[in-house]
Amino acid sequence: MPRQFFKFNGGVMPADHKAASTSLPIAEFAALASLPGELVIPLQQGNGGSLRALVEAGTQVLKGQRIGVGYDDTGTAVHASTSGLVKAVEMRRMPHPSGLSALCVVIAPDGEERWITRTPFDYRRAGLAATRDYLRDAGVLVGGDFGATGQLATLVINGAESEPRITCDDMLMRERADGVIQGIAILREVLRASEVLIGIEDNQPEAIAAMRAALAKRGAENTQVAAVPACYPTGNARLLIRVLTGIEVPHSRRFADYGVECFDTSTAYAIYQAITLGQPMVSRIVTVAGNVERPRNIEAPLGVPLRALLALCGPQADTNRVIMGGPMMGMTMPGDEVPVVKTTHCVLAGSPALFPPPPPEMPCIRCGDCARACPADLQPFELYSFARARQFGKAQEYHLFDCIECGCCTYVCPSKIPLVDYYRFAKSEILARQRDQEFADAARERYQFRLLRAEREKQEKAARLATKAAAAHAPTAEDAKDAKDTKKALIAAAIARARQQKEQVTPANIDALTPEQRAEIAKIEARREALQSSAKTAPPQDE
Amino acid sequence: MNAILIMALGAALLGVALRYVPVKRKVDEAVLAEQIDALLPQTQCGQCGYPGCKPYATAIAKGEADINQCPPGGTDGIHKLAELLGRKFKPLNTEHGVEKPKAVAFIDEAVCIGCTLCIQACPVDAIVGAAKQMHTIIAPLCTGCELCVPPCPVDCISMLPVAVSVDTWKWQYPVFEIKPAATTATATKQQSA
Repeated sequence: MPRQFFKFNGGVMPADHKAASTSLPIAEFAALASLPGELVIPLQQGNGGSLRALVEAGTQVLKGQRIGVGYDDTGTAVHASTSGLVKAVEMRRMPHPSGLSALCVVIAPDGEERWITRTPFDYRRAGLAATRDYLRDAGVLVGGDFGATGQLATLVINGAESEPRITCDDMLMRERADGVIQGIAILREVLRASEVLIGIEDNQPEAIAAMRAALAKRGAENTQVAAVPACYPTGNARLLIRVLTGIEVPHSRRFADYGVECFDTSTAYAIYQAITLGQPMVSRIVTVAGNVERPRNIEAPLGVPLRALLALCGPQADTNRVIMGGPMMGMTMPGDEVPVVKTTHCVLAGSPALFPPPPPEMPCIRCGDCARACPADLQPFELYSFARARQFGKAQEYHLFDCIECGCCTYVCPSKIPLVDYYRFAKSEILARQRDQEFADAARERYQFRLLRAEREKQEKAARLATKAAAAHAPTAEDAKDAKDTKKALIAAAIARARQQKEQVTPANIDALTPEQRAEIAKIEARREALQSSAKTAPPQDE
Repeated sequence: MNAILIMALGAALLGVALRYVPVKRKVDEAVLAEQIDALLPQTQCGQCGYPGCKPYATAIAKGEADINQCPPGGTDGIHKLAELLGRKFKPLNTEHGVEKPKAVAFIDEAVCIGCTLCIQACPVDAIVGAAKQMHTIIAPLCTGCELCVPPCPVDCISMLPVAVSVDTWKWQYPVFEIKPAATTATATKQQSA
């Protein structure tokens, strides 16, 4: 029975150029060339937050050895993607549009590719929480709330690679469908999903056939490969869920709140590798395309510089920049030496001919083409005018954060306005302000607590002095009846204390003495007593 | 005659209303001070001339202080205050200082003698240490108020500007450089000069 699909508004259909990189099979990086002199593995997560290095310069590492873990339970670990020597743990440029540096582990490969001992993980016995922790430690990005909400109605597997030129998931499903299916089976069992839908765009018939064949061989029940109509950006998880199940998950909520969850096919494959083979995530399949002679998919070890990947595919002479990601959502990298990371699915060589620089921006004529193309049901022209005028509150009222930055609006804009750039600007500005506000609120709280503490300390000190004075006052009440200020009371108390101390002191050397000697001592003591009492009556002379 | 009576009645009513306006306003002042305080950067630096952000907020609410006395809040802060209070924007009063990029204090731990003076000066409890023990700044908590700098007897505290990291980086406002025209303009300028 053909499945009923749901629709989202908008979307665009640019030429997909996918055939270019699917003519060659996936190649292992090591099969094409020897590893470069160093692999750079960032201790930084894509979603913010950094990792703690477990190694230092000079440590020998094995392939698959954990080299960085999160400071708390949520950070996904990173692993050495080859065996070798840690050259340094230092700041290196990140694969990020800012071109900023972050702490990275630099490994010099020894070329031996010695693995750690790989043991499969028994997820059936371990249970959900332990499996989640295992996947986190194996470096698989599954999200912190993995399986946090109990049973799932639908598990969506995202094989809808809708962005032009990218074919890494397509090739993965064609060549390694069995592994993907096994990964999906594990996911399904762990998350207790009653139904699995594997969404693949209908312009990838080979992948659909391969997945259906693998599915038939494994015989998983209630699992279906759904050939969804090709339309950019169906590959967005939120939209794919909408297409397959009709559920619209708002920006502020988790998928699991609606009984659905979505994972990429590459994640399913990484889960299969981690659990069934015991291999942590040390490589990923990357599409290398754009201005190169032989576009293809390469299974690259994490940390390989983009330059090395491009070199394997014959970059053409006029290549002037490197883009990570696809032509719609990709970002120009600050240089070609930045490494492949877990989220690198595509590397494009750019040239002025292939990706011409944007023409000058013309004024917005409010034609509404962007609103018709927006798959998130927003009004991009309104968002643009607010972002441009820095009216961030207004932009948020128009649901700026529901924007998935797919670039459909920019693609259709007749005035060639780089709309997404404005949204990114507005979003980062709003997030920065929120951070500042949180910081200021925390500072205010600490300041108020400090004032409170100062006040409390003052009161405690006063109370302490008062009790001390009162205690001193009690035994000498008779003597110091006329003493009016506490100072006098304190002096009197000190005298009383000294006397008491003196009285308590009993000479320890009188036991062995004769009674006569003791009598003599007693006489002397009595004389001293008399002298002291006369001295005590003396003070009034001072006044 | 009727008209005069009506006008007189109106005047009396308005007079009564005006009598109670200041009372109402006094109630509002505390609320307003809260709202102003929420916009201030909470560095507690005292550059505004008041011993903290809250006192400055109270002074603004009472009309004793102007809105352009807070250098850490900067131009952005003044804009926000102007918007809240329905006043006109004024540039920052440089008598109170100039707007600087955010910095955090740094203690040269080799020089620190452990006198605890900076701990006493820090309004937000961002310094740890004990008498005759080395002190250090908890950088994520430091507001950059510089209040710890003058009390230090050995001058071991310096202010380091906060570097942008990948997590705090912001996308730039999309601007198009009009390069060719600019270069020719400067070139002709140079030629004529």
